[in-house]
Amino acid sequence: MATASRPQPLTPHGRARLIALGRATKPIREAGGVARAMFWTGIVITLFFIALAVFARFIAPYGFTQYKSGHHLFPVLGHPSGTHWMGTTVESDDVMSRIIWGAQTELKVVVIALAMALAVGVPLGLVSGYFGGILDRVLVLIMDALFAFPYLLIAIVIAFLLSNSSIGGGVLTAAIAITVAYVPLYFRVVRNHVISVREEPYVDAARALGARPRTVIRKYVFFNVVQNVPPIATLNAADAILLLASLGFLGYGIQPTQGGEWGYDVSRAVSDAASGIWWTGLFPGLAIVLLVTGLTLVGEGLNETINPVLRRRRFGRFEFEPVPSQMEEGEE
Amino acid sequence: MSDALLQVRNLRVYYGTPGKPVRAVDGVTLDIGESEVIGLVGESGCGKSTLGRGILGLLPAGARADGAVLYNGKNLVALPPRTVRRMRGPDLGLIFQEPMTRLNPLMRISDHFKETLEQHEPNLTDAEMRRRSLETLGRMGIPPTRFKQYPHEFSGGMRQRIMIALALVLRPKLLVADEPTTSLDVIVEGQILALLADLKNNFGTALLLITHNLGIVAESCDRMAVMYAGRIAEEGPVREVFANPAHPYTRELLRSTISLDTKVLHSIPGAPPNLIDPPAGCRFNPRCPSAMVVCNQLEPREQHPSPGQRVFCWLRGPSELIPPGGEAPLEREAIGVADEA
Amino acid sequence: MTGTSLRTYLITRLALVVPMVLILLTLVFLLMRVAPGNPIQAALGGHVSPAYIHQIEHRFGFDKPLLTQYGEYLWNIARGDFGTTTTDNRPLTQIIAQNGAATLELSFFAILVAIVVGVVFGLLAGRYRDTPIDVFARIFGIVVYAMPAFFLGLLAQLVFGVWLNWLPTSGQASPITQAFLPVHTNILFVDAIWDGNWGALWDVTKHLILPAMTLGVITAGVFIRLIRVNVIRTLRDDYIEAARARGISEGRVVFFHAFKNALVPVITIVGLNFATLLGGVVLTETTFNWPGLGHELVYYLDNRDYTGVQGIMVIFALVVVAVSILVDFLNAFVDPRIRY
Repeated sequence: MATASRPQPLTPHGRARLIALGRATKPIREAGGVARAMFWTGIVITLFFIALAVFARFIAPYGFTQYKSGHHLFPVLGHPSGTHWMGTTVESDDVMSRIIWGAQTELKVVVIALAMALAVGVPLGLVSGYFGGILDRVLVLIMDALFAFPYLLIAIVIAFLLSNSSIGGGVLTAAIAITVAYVPLYFRVVRNHVISVREEPYVDAARALGARPRTVIRKYVFFNVVQNVPPIATLNAADAILLLASLGFLGYGIQPTQGGEWGYDVSRAVSDAASGIWWTGLFPGLAIVLLVTGLTLVGEGLNETINPVLRRRRFGRFEFEPVPSQMEEGEE
Repeated sequence: MSDALLQVRNLRVYYGTPGKPVRAVDGVTLDIGESEVIGLVGESGCGKSTLGRGILGLLPAGARADGAVLYNGKNLVALPPRTVRRMRGPDLGLIFQEPMTRLNPLMRISDHFKETLEQHEPNLTDAEMRRRSLETLGRMGIPPTRFKQYPHEFSGGMRQRIMIALALVLRPKLLVADEPTTSLDVIVEGQILALLADLKNNFGTALLLITHNLGIVAESCDRMAVMYAGRIAEEGPVREVFANPAHPYTRELLRSTISLDTKVLHSIPGAPPNLIDPPAGCRFNPRCPSAMVVCNQLEPREQHPSPGQRVFCWLRGPSELIPPGGEAPLEREAIGVADEA
Repeated sequence: MTGTSLRTYLITRLALVVPMVLILLTLVFLLMRVAPGNPIQAALGGHVSPAYIHQIEHRFGFDKPLLTQYGEYLWNIARGDFGTTTTDNRPLTQIIAQNGAATLELSFFAILVAIVVGVVFGLLAGRYRDTPIDVFARIFGIVVYAMPAFFLGLLAQLVFGVWLNWLPTSGQASPITQAFLPVHTNILFVDAIWDGNWGALWDVTKHLILPAMTLGVITAGVFIRLIRVNVIRTLRDDYIEAARARGISEGRVVFFHAFKNALVPVITIVGLNFATLLGGVVLTETTFNWPGLGHELVYYLDNRDYTGVQGIMVIFALVVVAVSILVDFLNAFVDPRIRY
C-alpha cells in the first residue's frame, strides 16, 4: 500500500471514537465552575510533581544524600539562603533537593504498590464476584476483616516483618506493605460491582448464548467494572502517599540512603522543632500536603463527574418574549 | 367565568438550559371552578406536570413562570414565594405520583401531620391537631391504631392515602393530583380514584387530576383538558369531548385506547415535538392526519364548537382568518420509524 | 414490637462477629510467626546467652508445635490473658489499663472535635452548595485530609508550643501532676475531676488540646466530604419536595428534614472512619509523645518485641470489631428501617 502522506479522513470507527470521547468528557466540561476549577487545579499540581519526579536528575541542584559540593561542605541545619533555597538538614543535606528526589521516590513506590494491589485485588474480585461459592465466602470474610483494620497498622506490621526478613527495608518492603493494605479495598469494590453487573440482562443473554465464563468476564464484566477504578485509584494514590509518608515517619519506609522520603524527613525534623528550626520539617510536610491535595482534587473531580447524583447542570438565563395578543374572543 | 376558583391566564413555564429554554408550558389558559373535578390529559412530556406544579409555584431550579394564575383576586405568579408557600396547605394542595418515597422515613405519620398543622395553624392544641388528623385519615380508610407507625410499614396504596389525607387535613380549596395512581396496581387505583372523585362531596375541594390515562378521566372527571406540547388542544365537559372530540389529537388519542372491541392497534405516528424549537403554527401539524397548509403557518385560534367546549384547531375555523390556499392539505415527509420516540 | 426486633437484631449481629474476630486473631497469630526465627530470638538474640533464650522460649511456649501454640493463644485470649512482653516483662493487661486509657482519653476528645468540625462544615457546605462557604469548606476538608497527622502536629508544636509558648507539646500531663494525682481510671481527665483537683485538670487539659485538635481536625477532613455529599443527596429526596408542597417553611425543611436525615449515616461514617482514626492515633501519639497504645506499639516494634506487638495488635483488632458492632447497633436504634 502506498504510504499515506496526506491525513486520512476519519473512518466511521474513528468518528465514533471521537464522539464517545466527547460524550465521556462532557460532564467535566459541563460541570459548574467550582468543580471544574478544582479538577484542573488538581491536574496542574499532579503534573507538576510528576514532572519533578521524572526530571529530578535535571531539576534537583544536589543529590539526596549529598552533604558537600566538591570540597565545600554544606552547613548543618543551615537557614534557607541563596545556595540552599530551603536550607539544609542536620546531616547537611539540601532540603530542596531531597524534596525533589522525594517526589520521585514517593511516586515510584506508590505506582508500584498500586499496580500490585490492582493486579491482585481486581482479578480476585472479578473471580470471587462472578463465581461465588465457597471461595467467595472465604475471601469475603478475610477481606472484610482486613478492611476494617486501619491501613497504617497493617502496613506497619507487614513492613516490620519484611524488614526483619531477608528482603530487608527499602522500596520493595514499603511497596508490599502498601499493597497488602489496599488489596481488600480493590477486591471489595470490584467484587461488589461484579455482583451487580452479573445480574444485568446483557450478561445473562451472553450466558444464555453459551459464552464461556472466561469470555463473559473478559468482554462484558471487566470493562464495565474497570470504569469504576480510575477515581478510586486516584483517591487511593493520594491515600497511599500519606501511608508511605507515615511509614517513613515511623521509620519503616524508605531509608534515607535509598532516596528522599518526605515522611522520614519530617520525623528527623521533630527534634529540630524544639530549637525553633522550621525549614527541615515545613517543606517536606508541605510537599506531602500539596501532592496529596492535587491527587485528591483530581479524584474528587472524577468522582463528581462520574457520579450522576452530584452532577449539577448549568441553567441558562432567559427572558419571556412578549406574547402577540391574538385572542380577543373568549376573553372576559 | 369570573366566579371560577382558580384562573390560569396565558401561563408560560420555561426551563433554563445552557442553550435556549425548554418551553414546557407555552401559553395555557384554563379555569377551575369550585368543587370541580377537571382531568388534564396528554402524552408524557406534554407539560401537564409542569402546569400542575406551576400553579402551586413549586418549580425546580432554573425554571421560571410568566403569565397569571389568579386565585382570590391575586396573581400567584407575581406574589413573593413566601406568600405562595403559606397558601400551600390551607388553599392549594399537591399530591405526587410516587407515594413510596414521599414521606420522610424517619418520621412517624403522626409527626407528619403535626408538622403540617403546626406550620399553618400554630394555635391549635395538640389534642385538636390529633383529632383532625385522625378524622381525615379515617376518611381515607386509615385506622387510628396505625397513626404512630412509620412510613415503611405501609403499602404503596396506603401511603398514597396518607399523602392525600396530609394534603386535605387543612381543607384546601384546590387539590392538584399529579398522576396519583400511575404507580399503583389497578385495584388500589380504583379505590384511590373513588376517594378523589368524592372530594367534592366530603371536603368541597376542587381537583385537577393530571393523568395520561383516559379511562380514569372518563370515570371520575366533570371536565377535561387535553394538552399537547405545552398547550391546550381541547377542553370541555367529559361527555362532550368523548362523544364529539373536536381536535384531531383528541380523536387520535381516543382511537388509541384499547378496549375489548379493539382488533387493530392504533397509534399516532411520530413523537412529541422538541420543546426547545417547537414546530411553527399548530404544534400537532407534523403528526396530524388532517393537517392543512395554514396549520404550519399560523397558530390556531380558540373556537367553541359547542357550549362549554374550547378547541384550538384550524379545522374549526375561523375561516376568514385563513389565508388563500391555506385549506389545502399539508405536504409532509413521511415520518420514518426512526423518528418515533 | 420495636423492642424485640432490636434485640433479635443485636443477637444476630453479635453472632456474626465471631468469625470476624477469629479471622483477625488468626491473622495476627500467623503474621507474628511468619518471620524466620522466633520472637524470642528476634528480641533477645545477641544480648543474652543461648541458654537463657531457651529458658524464655520454654516459658513462653515457643518450643511447642504450632497448632498447640495457636490453641493456647486463642484460649488465653478468651480468658483475658494477652500475654507478657518479652523485652520489659509488662503484662499486656497492664498495658491496656494504662496506655489504653491514655489512648481512650485522646480518641474521645479527638472524635468530639472531628464531629463538631465535620458536621458544621459538612452541613453548611451541602446546603450552600457552590457558594463561597461551600468552596471554603471543601478546600478545608481536602487540605486537612492531605495533611498527615505528624505534620499538623509538628506545625502545632512549632506555632503553639515553641513560638507562642502557650501549650505543652509532649506528654499527657506534667510530671508533677502525674506523680501526685491518685489513679482511679487511668484516664487523667476523669481522675482529676474525680479528685476535684482543678489544677491538675487544667494541666491535663492543656496537654490534651494540641494532640486532640490535631487528630480531630484531620479526621474531620473526611467527615466534611461525606456529610456534604449526604446533604446534597438528601435535599434531592422526594419527601423534601413533598414537604415543600405542604407549605413547610424552607428553614424547617432544610433543618429538620434534610439535615436530620443526612446526619443519620454520621454514626456509620464515624464507625467506618474509626480505622482512619486509629491510624492517626498512632502517628499523633508518636509526635506528641502521648503514652498511649500507639506509642507503645511503635516502641515494641522498634525493640523487636513480637509478643508486645502481637498483644497490642490483638487489642486493636478487638476494639475495631467492638466499634463495628456498636455502630451497627446505634444505627438500628436510630433508623427504624434497619431492624430486620
